Amino acid sequence: MSKPTALNLDHVAHLARISLTDEEKARFGAQLGDVLGYIALLNEVDVEGVEPTAHAFPVVNVWAEDVPQAGLSVEDALRNAPQRKDNMFVVPKVVE
Amino acid sequence: MAEELIYSTISELSGKLDRGELSSVELMGAVIARTKEVDGRVKAFNSFDGGGALAQARASDERRARAKGAGAAACGPLEGIPIGLKDVISVSGQPLTASSRMLENFVSPYDATVTRKLKAAGAICWGRLNLDEFAMGSSTENSAFHTTCNPWDLERVPGGSSGGSAAAVAAGEATAALGSDTGGSIRQPAALCGVVGLKPSYGRVSRFGLIAFASSLDQIGPFARSTGDAATVLGVIAGHDPRDSTSVRREVPDYNRGIADLAKSGRKWKLGIPKEYFGEGLDPEVAAAVQAAIDEYRGLGCEVREVSLPHTKYAVGAYYIIATAECSSNLARYDGVRYGHRSKDARDALDIYFKSRAEGFGAEVKRRIILGTYVLSSGYYDAYYLRAQKVRTLIRRDFLEAYKEVDAIVTPTSPTPAFTKGDKTSNPLAMYLNDIYTIGVNLAGLPGISIPCGFSRPASGNQGLPIGLQIIGQPFRETELLAIAGAYEGRTHWHARHATP
Repeated sequence: MSKPTALNLDHVAHLARISLTDEEKARFGAQLGDVLGYIALLNEVDVEGVEPTAHAFPVVNVWAEDVPQAGLSVEDALRNAPQRKDNMFVVPKVVE
Repeated sequence: MAEELIYSTISELSGKLDRGELSSVELMGAVIARTKEVDGRVKAFNSFDGGGALAQARASDERRARAKGAGAAACGPLEGIPIGLKDVISVSGQPLTASSRMLENFVSPYDATVTRKLKAAGAICWGRLNLDEFAMGSSTENSAFHTTCNPWDLERVPGGSSGGSAAAVAAGEATAALGSDTGGSIRQPAALCGVVGLKPSYGRVSRFGLIAFASSLDQIGPFARSTGDAATVLGVIAGHDPRDSTSVRREVPDYNRGIADLAKSGRKWKLGIPKEYFGEGLDPEVAAAVQAAIDEYRGLGCEVREVSLPHTKYAVGAYYIIATAECSSNLARYDGVRYGHRSKDARDALDIYFKSRAEGFGAEVKRRIILGTYVLSSGYYDAYYLRAQKVRTLIRRDFLEAYKEVDAIVTPTSPTPAFTKGDKTSNPLAMYLNDIYTIGVNLAGLPGISIPCGFSRPASGNQGLPIGLQIIGQPFRETELLAIAGAYEGRTHWHARHATP
C-alpha cells in the first residue's frame, strides 16, 4: 500500500469533478492523511489466496422478462430540472 | 389520552383502532400536536405536511369503516399508523433532500418500494426525517440544514446517520420510522435515543427509491418502540423486488407468529460474546449495562460463551475504503444537469460539474468522495479497494465460523452513550471509530438489532442517557434474532421510560 502522502488532492479532486478551495485542500489533506494512516492497518492482514467479497450475498444473472412497462412521464422526468426548454434539459454550449 | 397515544406501540394502537376506541385522525392529530410542541427543540424533521398526513388518516378511517361494513375483519398490518421516513426514501410528491443543499428543492417523482408497501399496508407516510448529509455520519451534525438533538439531553447528538428517525420515535413524534443502515446508521442512533432499531440482512428489503450511498452495504430497516413493532414493520417492507436486482427471492415469514412460536417453545439460545468488542474505548457504564443484559440471558437459561472475531480491528479500515469507493461512484450522478443544485456561475458544461458539486456537497461528503475516488484510482485500486474486499471476506468468515457454535452474537451497539454536539466534528477519524461495533455487520451482510438495555447515571443536562444492546443474527434469520431480543425485552422495563424533551 502506498504512503498516505501519495494522495495528490488536486489530481483526485479533478477526477471527482469537485473544485476545492485552498482552505479545503489544507484541511482535507490533513484529515484524510489521518484516515489513510489508520487504514494502513490493513497491511498487516495476510490476504494471500483470499477471494474478494463484492457483495455479502452475491446474486448473479438476474434476468427480467423483456416486457414494455410505463416509465416516468416526460413531465415527471423534467420536474426537477435546473433549467429546461420544451421537453429538454438546457446546459451551456458544449461544442464550439 | 394524548400522552398515552404518542408513546403507544403499533400493537397497542392497532388494537384500539380495531375496537373503534380510536380513529386514525385522532391518532395523527395527537402526533402532529406533539411534533409542533417539541420539534422546535428536537429538530428531528426536515419538513412535514400535517394537512397531507390528516388526509391520509381520514382515508384510512374510511377504509376501516368500509372493511367493517363488508364484514371483513382485518385491515392492513399498519392501517392508520403514522410512520416517519428518513429523508433519503422517496415518497411521491414529497421533498427528498438527503439533508443536502444538492437536493434542497428536489421533489420525488415516484414512491420507493418500501413506501409503496407501507401505503399498501395502510400506514400514513409521515414527514421527512433529518440525517447526516447523504447518510454519511454518526451524529446528524453533517446535515446541511440543522443538527437533530437527542431527546434525552438536547445538548447531545441523537447519533446518525438516521438521527431524525431515532429522535422522532423517542420523542413521541412518530409511532415508528424507517431509516437506512450502511455502517450502523439505524442501530447506533437507536441505541443513543433509547429505541429499537433493526438492520435486516442484506437483500431482505428492496432499496428501489432509496438514495444510494454504498450499494453493497445499504439496507433499509425500522425504528420502533418494541421488538414486536419492528417485526411488524419488517414484515411489511421485506421481500423480493424486480426493481432491485440485489433483493433476494426468499419467502417473507410471518415474523410475529414465528417469534410467538419460538417463545412458546422455550428454546434455550446459545449466545456468543466476542471478546474483541469489550476492549479499549468501551465506556464502563456501557460495559456494565451490557454485562447485566448478558446475565439476564443467563437467567433465562441461555448458554453464554466467549467467541472470537479476530479480524474486528480491521473492520473500520475496510469499511472506509469500500463505502467511500462506492459512494464516489454513486454520487457521480449529482452533476447539476438533470436535477439537483446547479451553480449559477458555471460558464461551460464541465464547469457545471466542478462548481455545482463544490457548492452542493458539504465537507464530509466531499472528503468521502475524494477518498473513494483515490482508492479506486489508477495505481491504487489493488492496494486499497481489492485488499479491503479480501479483508471483508475474512471478517465475514469470522462471523460464519462463530455461528457454528452459537445462535447469535451479543455486543454493545456503541462504545459510549450519546456524545455532546461538537465533540468529534473536527476529527473525522474519531467519528468513524464510533461505529466500530456496528460496521462488521454490514460488511458481512448480517441482520443486527439494537434494543434498550439501560441508562447511564444522571448527569448535568440529563436524567441518564440510554444504552443499547446489539444482537447480531445469522443471515435471513430475523425471526430468531427478534425472538432473542424479545426474550430480554420481556424481562426489562427500559422501553417503558420516555424522553421528555
